[in-house]
Amino acid sequence: MSKPILSVRDLRVAFGNKKAPVEALHGVSLDIWPGETVAIVGESGSGKSTTASAIINLLPGSGRITGGSVWFDDVDVSSLSRAEIESLRGKGIGFVPQDPMASLNPVWSVGFQVAEAVKANGVATTKKEVRERTIQVLRDAGLSDAEQRLKQFPHQFSGGMKQRALIAMALAANPKLLIADEPTSALDVTVQRVILDFLSSMTRETQTAVLLITHDLGLAAERAERVIVMYRGEIVEAGPSLEILQNPIHPYTKRLVAAAPSLASRRIESAVVEGRSAVDAGATVSESVPAHAAEVVPAIEIRDLTKVYPIRSGVFSSVDFTAVDHASFVVPRGTTMALVGESGSGKSTIAKLILKLEAPTSGSIQINGADTTNDLGSRDALRLRRLMQPVFQDPYGSLDPLRSIESIVSEPLVVHQVGDHKSRHDRVSELLDQVSLGRGIAHRYPNELSGGQRQRVAIARALALKPEIIVLDEAVSALDVLVQDQVLRLLTELQTELGLTYLFITHDLAVVRVAADHVSVMEKGKIVESGTVDEIFANPSQEYTRKLLDAIPGANLLA
Amino acid sequence: MIRYILRRLLQVIPVLLGTTFLIYYMVFAMPGDPLLTLFGDKTPNPALLEQLRAQYHLDQPFIVQYLLYLGGALRGDFGTSYSGQAVSEILARTFPVTLRLAVIAVVLELVLAVVIGLVSGLRKGKFFDNINLIISLVLLSVPIFVLAFLAQYFIGIKLGWARPTVSGSAPWSELLLPGIVLALSLYATSMRLTRASVITTMNQDFVRTAYSKGLPRRRVIPVHVLRNSLIPTITNVGTDFGVLMVGATVTEGIFNVPGVGNAVFQAIRHSQGPTVVSFVTVMVLIYVFVNLGVDLLYALLDPRIRYE
Repeated sequence: MSKPILSVRDLRVAFGNKKAPVEALHGVSLDIWPGETVAIVGESGSGKSTTASAIINLLPGSGRITGGSVWFDDVDVSSLSRAEIESLRGKGIGFVPQDPMASLNPVWSVGFQVAEAVKANGVATTKKEVRERTIQVLRDAGLSDAEQRLKQFPHQFSGGMKQRALIAMALAANPKLLIADEPTSALDVTVQRVILDFLSSMTRETQTAVLLITHDLGLAAERAERVIVMYRGEIVEAGPSLEILQNPIHPYTKRLVAAAPSLASRRIESAVVEGRSAVDAGATVSESVPAHAAEVVPAIEIRDLTKVYPIRSGVFSSVDFTAVDHASFVVPRGTTMALVGESGSGKSTIAKLILKLEAPTSGSIQINGADTTNDLGSRDALRLRRLMQPVFQDPYGSLDPLRSIESIVSEPLVVHQVGDHKSRHDRVSELLDQVSLGRGIAHRYPNELSGGQRQRVAIARALALKPEIIVLDEAVSALDVLVQDQVLRLLTELQTELGLTYLFITHDLAVVRVAADHVSVMEKGKIVESGTVDEIFANPSQEYTRKLLDAIPGANLLA
Repeated sequence: MIRYILRRLLQVIPVLLGTTFLIYYMVFAMPGDPLLTLFGDKTPNPALLEQLRAQYHLDQPFIVQYLLYLGGALRGDFGTSYSGQAVSEILARTFPVTLRLAVIAVVLELVLAVVIGLVSGLRKGKFFDNINLIISLVLLSVPIFVLAFLAQYFIGIKLGWARPTVSGSAPWSELLLPGIVLALSLYATSMRLTRASVITTMNQDFVRTAYSKGLPRRRVIPVHVLRNSLIPTITNVGTDFGVLMVGATVTEGIFNVPGVGNAVFQAIRHSQGPTVVSFVTVMVLIYVFVNLGVDLLYALLDPRIRYE
């Protein structure tokens, strides 16, 4: 066939009211041929999701198409009436949404919601046929026990299962085009891989064209034949995946390719170091740990750390849930230890235990050689916190929206009664310089900053007390690749400059590759493997670690 | 589920003991002799007074009076009022009237709140929505007795569409006007709750999913938007029903409705201990059942809520 199934021409979309519209898409054109998989890549705010929503005319809020056309199967979608477009959705174009947790209606059973898609698109009419078809599409989507699960509600499904149900809905009426808007961003890497594999085999079988929206260049290159790169509402580059990856032409694409962490990347080396680089520092210390363990006091040392949570199962009874099970590791001073694992593996619990936000059930924690396992007096606790600061995952939720940046960054100084008003002000300026934010930002508020800027503010706050240890709990997971790269470089520079020790908690092994010296892999509360990053990545001894490594998108392409 | 309901019902026992004790004590502590007020200006015969005191156990200490009352109530005997009527008879006469009035008001409130709140929420910021918000603000700020007098004067007297006051038997048709007044005064809060949650729900991802799988708007709105938006409205209307069953004293007074509100008001004025306490007992029971009903409705509307 020589005609594209979807043809977008000079598409313009604007948000806001008619008097002062803000254009989000400035003339986007693209074609998708039958059976082909095309990926749109870009950072948040680049207009990739807006393009997807505009194609099926489901723009959020005040968004509307202000120019151009969307041709699907020789019909201009933007000129259709509401009823016509309603019949096109589902039947002609299937849509897999971004967040499976929020995309299913919590008050209806999964079977009901899939059956709705079957009925609405006229795939089956009688009650029996609808039921059979519903079970069929759910089975095809990989829910083998679909029949038993029809009556279950979304909250009884795991994230991966929900996404399967959503894919089942999108493919229920055999659409010619499937739009998948970040279909796996909310899922664990291993689940992500399974879902994507399944999606590609499904669409290959039925010759369905796929438009994949993602922020992950590696994933796009691995899954799509062609990649379209979007930046600020425009397409800056498009072409065959491998070509884009190997010979990016547009400067933005170049930066994107360079920033994408992958297995092939090396540990980021700090520009400020002279002589010993961060990598050498890490390697030397790790090699010498067994020999000098007695002399060199490690920054963090945990032994047989265990945390058991009682889970309520009845009025008076409870079942124990072991979140952390006899975990032990040592983090030498001035190095980065990465703790990796899927969600629920217990890595964040370890962070809470070390930060003394939770008390361990058994085992011991030593910070700088001092035992902090048991309850400390309030003065000792304060001293410990001065030594050790956290940076959390969500840069939006971890800054108080009602306080200025200066007030946020200087709060630890106030709490610990460091200096007077004037010296605190100077320290804030110094810190903002350190995280390359510019002093002008001090009087602004968190909502005026981007995600990357906010995370820098959180880092500046963590640095305020000149701590020796920083616990980073998924500190870069919510950031776009380019910003993530900047923050990781900043952290490395600060480490060499100030001799900091990092405990880096993440689910992303590609980030570990570029940011850590040592790595401990966690599964179901236990540390199943640990060693230097080079060792683990070269020779993973555990099946689980291999699974995590394989799941990194683009791993095979770039390695 | 059954265990949950049983547990909730068992909780009634301590609640009832506590409330009846407190109410009984407060009526006992009220100034004035309840028997003397019965005689008005006349001076009663001391022997007769003594006999009446013994009959109503008024010569006993407080705690004995209370226990005697409690014992009687457990056997189903709520005693007699000082004017000689069986309290159970008063209860049986007034509660059905109040129930009819409350049902009219709550059904009207629910229908108005859901329909207008839904339309308003779907047209947020448009003409209908703005007008509706202004009207509901007026209804919220006008005291109920103003609303009641206005309705009585214009609809009852000027236009003559309804009887301005309710007759002794209080049939459904005559209770319509006070019911509408109560519904209007309650409707604004419930309507605003519906409107707000419709607006939130419309922006949920699952509504987008519903559209993206090809459902028409006429199915998405009732199935995916309305049901999810009903929980706060149901809670509020449920509480309103409980409040109305305790008697809308002001509205009942204005329209002369022979319901609970009027009866309790009279009983308190005459220090009729057993009558007041009996009313309170029934009210507590109604409250508990209404709340239980609302909680069970939640579980019906939202499958994530399960009681064990």
